[in-house]
Amino acid sequence: MTQTPRPLRVLAAMSGGVDSAVAAARAVEAGHDVTGVHLALSANPQSFRTGARGCCTIEDSRDARRAADVIGIPFYVWDLAERFRADVVDDFVAEYEAGRTPNPCLRCNEKIKFAALLDKALALGFDAVCTGHYATVVLNEDGTRELHRASDMAKDQSYVLGVLDEQQLAHAMFPLGDTLTTKDEIRAEAERRGLAVAKKPDSHDICFIADGDTQGFLATRLGRAEGDIVDETGAKLGTHEGAYGFTIGQRKGLRIGHPAADGKPRYVLDISPVNNTVTVGPAESLDVTALTAIKPRWCGTAPAGPGRYTAQLRAHGGETEVSAALEDGELRVTFDEPVRGVAPGQAIVLYDGTRVVGSATIATTVRRTATAPA
Amino acid sequence: MAYLDHAATTPMLPEAIEAMTAHLAVTGNASSLHAAGRRARRTVEEGREALAAALGARPSEVVLTSGGTEADNLAVKGLYWSRRAADPRRTRVLASPVEHHAVLDAVDWLAGHEGAEVEYLPVDAYGRVHPEALREAIARDPESVALATVMWANNEIGTVMPVRALADAAAEFGVPLHADAVQAVGQLPVDFAASGLAAMTVSGHKIGGPYGIGALLLGREHTPVPVLHGGGQERHVRSGTLDVPAVAAFAVAARLATAGQETFAREIGALRDALVTAVRTAVPDAVLGGDPDGRLPANAHFTFPGCEGDSLLLLLDAAGIACSTGSACTAGIAQPSHVLLATGTDPDLARGTLRFSLGHTSTEDDVKAVAEAIGPAVERARTAGLS
Repeated sequence: MTQTPRPLRVLAAMSGGVDSAVAAARAVEAGHDVTGVHLALSANPQSFRTGARGCCTIEDSRDARRAADVIGIPFYVWDLAERFRADVVDDFVAEYEAGRTPNPCLRCNEKIKFAALLDKALALGFDAVCTGHYATVVLNEDGTRELHRASDMAKDQSYVLGVLDEQQLAHAMFPLGDTLTTKDEIRAEAERRGLAVAKKPDSHDICFIADGDTQGFLATRLGRAEGDIVDETGAKLGTHEGAYGFTIGQRKGLRIGHPAADGKPRYVLDISPVNNTVTVGPAESLDVTALTAIKPRWCGTAPAGPGRYTAQLRAHGGETEVSAALEDGELRVTFDEPVRGVAPGQAIVLYDGTRVVGSATIATTVRRTATAPA
Repeated sequence: MAYLDHAATTPMLPEAIEAMTAHLAVTGNASSLHAAGRRARRTVEEGREALAAALGARPSEVVLTSGGTEADNLAVKGLYWSRRAADPRRTRVLASPVEHHAVLDAVDWLAGHEGAEVEYLPVDAYGRVHPEALREAIARDPESVALATVMWANNEIGTVMPVRALADAAAEFGVPLHADAVQAVGQLPVDFAASGLAAMTVSGHKIGGPYGIGALLLGREHTPVPVLHGGGQERHVRSGTLDVPAVAAFAVAARLATAGQETFAREIGALRDALVTAVRTAVPDAVLGGDPDGRLPANAHFTFPGCEGDSLLLLLDAAGIACSTGSACTAGIAQPSHVLLATGTDPDLARGTLRFSLGHTSTEDDVKAVAEAIGPAVERARTAGLS
């Protein structure tokens, strides 16, 4: 960690939001030669921002350009809509169709920001891609790199970066990662730097679903297909208009006419796309004791044997203690305490302290009461 | 910095700046009757006379606008409406497919909203409309043509159109021909009267004048329906209080640009030829766009196979060279140039274009900078490929 910093040619991905704008400004301040780029990810972008989304409209592109002009760096818009559609949107739809619950942000980081964008940046002579993610890259004495949680755990975004391998990390720059400040202070910094995006609201939802209506988005692509909602014994409780419209652990919107015999609320336990059936049951039946996950990606070398880790199962989820081992290319994970709301398709990210060890896509879960297939 | 994007905008001439700043401090609405108004009107009318003299028109044929885009819109929409009003059969609009978007999108709008039938005239591999093609298109049904519009010289690839011959072809049938001459003024001899055109668009900031002013030169027998309604200025064709300082500066720029046109064309043509040679030496497979001979003397347009124009732009910008891909963009995303597509260029190839446009401040050092930077930039952009 003692290498003399040398100025790098940095490509700053600028969404039009406050984080990526401040990140770009900090990269400039650190002495790097920075060029801003906004990724056009939609073939038919909306003119203006609606709701909480904040990266995919022409207005967002203009916000990014305006920030780049104030920072005083060149700015370009790169059209990655085709790659984004193929690698992120189509994948998102296919995962839901298969009854799984994908995280498109991880997919975007893996395939777009630190693949398609990074590859083009490197080819054009840039050394690194800079984003506004809250995470920290640590350079070891031996030249290897580690990805760590952000200094401020409350803002940490290392989960969505858990898909990056060491090659990708070697060219990643996260200037906000060591920030021990609140979001308000980042906004104040943006204000101080004269960035008009200082007051822009945060984006929360899936950027390519303009109105935030994921079910509607999926329905237009997958069609509606009526199926049964059943309990754990297979008894029919109601009907639905498409199994993809449900997420494991979901409680609301089941539209089951009558209450359960024991009066307890019922949750989605399983989604079976094959027979278009949704199984519901009591909360206890959601308890997952173990899982297997596929397509592991390691931030550095893969662990040699079984190990003890903390795991994170969703973007803003907490940590949980696990034992994990790699067997036949699959990750086998056992939870110390059962966890709820684990859905195939989600990513599990393993940590060793603050260090990201790697991630994998959940394929099957083991319930305390039964085994849930993918 | 090597500024080689004069076709986008060129620095204001010192004399134009002087004229403009001198009038900025003077109050007066050219439509007012009092002394201040009369003074302003005198400035405007002297400017109009100077513009007319520089461009081979009568003062009454100069309709001042906010720029080239407005003049194009006024010509295309206004003449369509007035000609159709005079005879409802006139709904055909004949246009070259290589027009600037100010014409192209106006024509498309007429098709989408006003029942116009748009016919794009065939062009050759240089993007040139041949008079026979225009004659043939009109002759198919002369009574139904509202207007034809073909630019004087193409802003991307520099090809010069046979304006006089096109105007003659249109005149055989009594069809008004409009030409966007924004890029031609100062680079080619432009004489409105001699051209035979019904209407011609010119712009201030492309010839060393200020932004935000242009003119439609308009034959006196034509009365287009206004796009802007209001106080009835400019023959009731274009309402709006006149920008007195801008008119004065535009007139100065037009006078200097046309008076120096011959010398400028010779000198800038030699510099442009040196640039073309330098690029071809560094990148032997670079393809010169447009007509190698009948082209704007300050324009050099290239296609670089296997490159994205955007990548080249970024790399040259980083090397201190300002140029353009030449094509319009949508939300900042470069689209394959409609001009190149119209000339039959392969769409992938059409993405790898650069336009260098020289101007009155260009020097041999600018050419040298391109000669040094273009080879490595193309090599690098090829590595990045077509994403």
